[in-house]
Amino acid sequence: MNETLPRKVKLPRLSSRGDGIFRTVIIGLSLIIALTFVLSIVLLGQQSWPAIQEFGLGFLTTNVWNPVTSEYGALSLVMGTLLTSFLALLISVPLAIASALFVAEYAPKWLANPVGYLVELLAAVPSVVYGLWALFALKPLFQQVQLWLYTSNPDLTGHCIELFNSNKTSLPCFFMPQVPTGLGFLLAVTILAIMILPFTASVARDVIRLVPADQREAMYALGATKWEVISLAILPYARAGIMGGVILALGRALGETLAVAMVIGNTPEIIKSIWSPTATMASMIANQFGDAREGLQRASVVGLGLTLFFVSVFVNLIARSIILRMTPKGL
Amino acid sequence: MAVSHLTPQLTRGGLSRGRKSKNALMGVMIGLGTALVVAPLILIFGFLLIKGVGALNLDFFLKNPAPEGEAGGGWANAITGSLLILAMAAVLGVVVGVAGGIFLAEFPRHRLMPTIRMLSDVLSGIPAIVMGLVVYALVVKPMGHFSAMAGGIALGLLMVPIVVRTTEEVLKLVPLSVREAGLALGLPQWKVILSIVLPAASGGIITGLMLALARVAGEAAPLLFTAFGSNLVNLNPLQPTSALPLQIYIGATSAYDENQRLAQAGALLLITLIFVTSLLARFANRPRR
Repeated sequence: MNETLPRKVKLPRLSSRGDGIFRTVIIGLSLIIALTFVLSIVLLGQQSWPAIQEFGLGFLTTNVWNPVTSEYGALSLVMGTLLTSFLALLISVPLAIASALFVAEYAPKWLANPVGYLVELLAAVPSVVYGLWALFALKPLFQQVQLWLYTSNPDLTGHCIELFNSNKTSLPCFFMPQVPTGLGFLLAVTILAIMILPFTASVARDVIRLVPADQREAMYALGATKWEVISLAILPYARAGIMGGVILALGRALGETLAVAMVIGNTPEIIKSIWSPTATMASMIANQFGDAREGLQRASVVGLGLTLFFVSVFVNLIARSIILRMTPKGL
Repeated sequence: MAVSHLTPQLTRGGLSRGRKSKNALMGVMIGLGTALVVAPLILIFGFLLIKGVGALNLDFFLKNPAPEGEAGGGWANAITGSLLILAMAAVLGVVVGVAGGIFLAEFPRHRLMPTIRMLSDVLSGIPAIVMGLVVYALVVKPMGHFSAMAGGIALGLLMVPIVVRTTEEVLKLVPLSVREAGLALGLPQWKVILSIVLPAASGGIITGLMLALARVAGEAAPLLFTAFGSNLVNLNPLQPTSALPLQIYIGATSAYDENQRLAQAGALLLITLIFVTSLLARFANRPRR
């Protein structure tokens, strides 16, 4: 800020020394942020080194998780993470955009503000509380549906169980429950979809509000209906920004831990039906790290953490570049 | 498509039935979609209120958990543990977070500025459980045992990026002329920042801190391998300690009815505290927006 002063003004000596100290302290503390980042990579890399040495990149592409034979490959967990996250996005993005449009375009102010607050509170609900609710309120419902599917098609059920037991599946069986416990892939996707809703919704709301009024007015002046204004003028304009929000939500979904760990069934197997118990990388860390023996098992679990770290850095950088590009200067 | 359809008769003719009904249909869909978004929040809060409020009695706040399978007991260990861990997290989050925010807002030409801002952004996306693994390797392993301090560090590091961002944003809202006025009086830059700019932005900074605290107060994943949990009230930062979200996780996945009942009460308490904090922070900061 000194450059805003005319050149010839000389500050007293004492003050410049104070400035030096202040600057050093502030920069020193800020460097803790950089240090955290570097230390994370170093420590995660060091702790997972035995697994990296033993399995290399094959760690991510083999499907085995066997503490008895000391073989660890994370394919089923990588698949679990990707499938739950993308399906949750597929469900939540249209709803999030709908709520953003409602708040920004439809609702009168007295309604828009409370709805906006509710969406923000949804983001504040802790992961464990979502998990607890899914476990006690949703799980019994899912179990009812599974039991109904089980008993209403006895022939298909028998056929599918044989297939499942020989580690196969077919299209009709893909919608049949594997074990009617209520827990599994679909319940995890459901709770995940609810959890990531507010992240897309609030970004989408903000970028829709940033769409210039000219855009709307020009469209209305042509005689367009409200929906035509939204679909032809507003959404195309806000598209890139909404995409940033979607990717932010994706980052959340990939790393979401306890709510998923509580309802997914925690079985390191690739899903054979939408109801199958499976696991994600994050849920596996939560479940196994505490009990893992020192050595290869613990290193493999930390290897999952290192993978998640890099994935989330990558996803965040993409979201950041999109949002930065979208935000007008000075905002 | 709509435009070409419009050109022939711009006056009077009104909208075709198809366009009218499509417009109405999409309006209804958007309303329904919004209802679906808001519904879980109401369902969750209602569920916890019905199931949990009965167990929120004096015992809940004053007693430690009863032995497995026995009735009674409370969560004094978790409540005090949460306070202890959050206090440590807040110190770390405030010191590093506010300093980082000052650096980004007040030294915009420093060559490290873009790097620090990018790393802070990236850190805000790191899954909480991964931060737990990092702090396990950083603090728990060298110490040889779990501790409240390790939990506080994990949560504090999760707070930092949130505090950095809000601090930077509110500092930038303080007009440049205020800084220039201070400098013109002959004050050194550090004094201008600490005694003019920071106080002017304090409302916004406090809001950011409260939101960050509310965020990490509900995190259980990073505490699993750091604070670990304890069935007794522990106020020693170097010993394992329980916390509300951690105890909810343990209780909800427990096989005993009593633990599940307390977990629902604990979840009600936690979610209420978080909501109140978030709303207070929002409303306190309202005139600024």
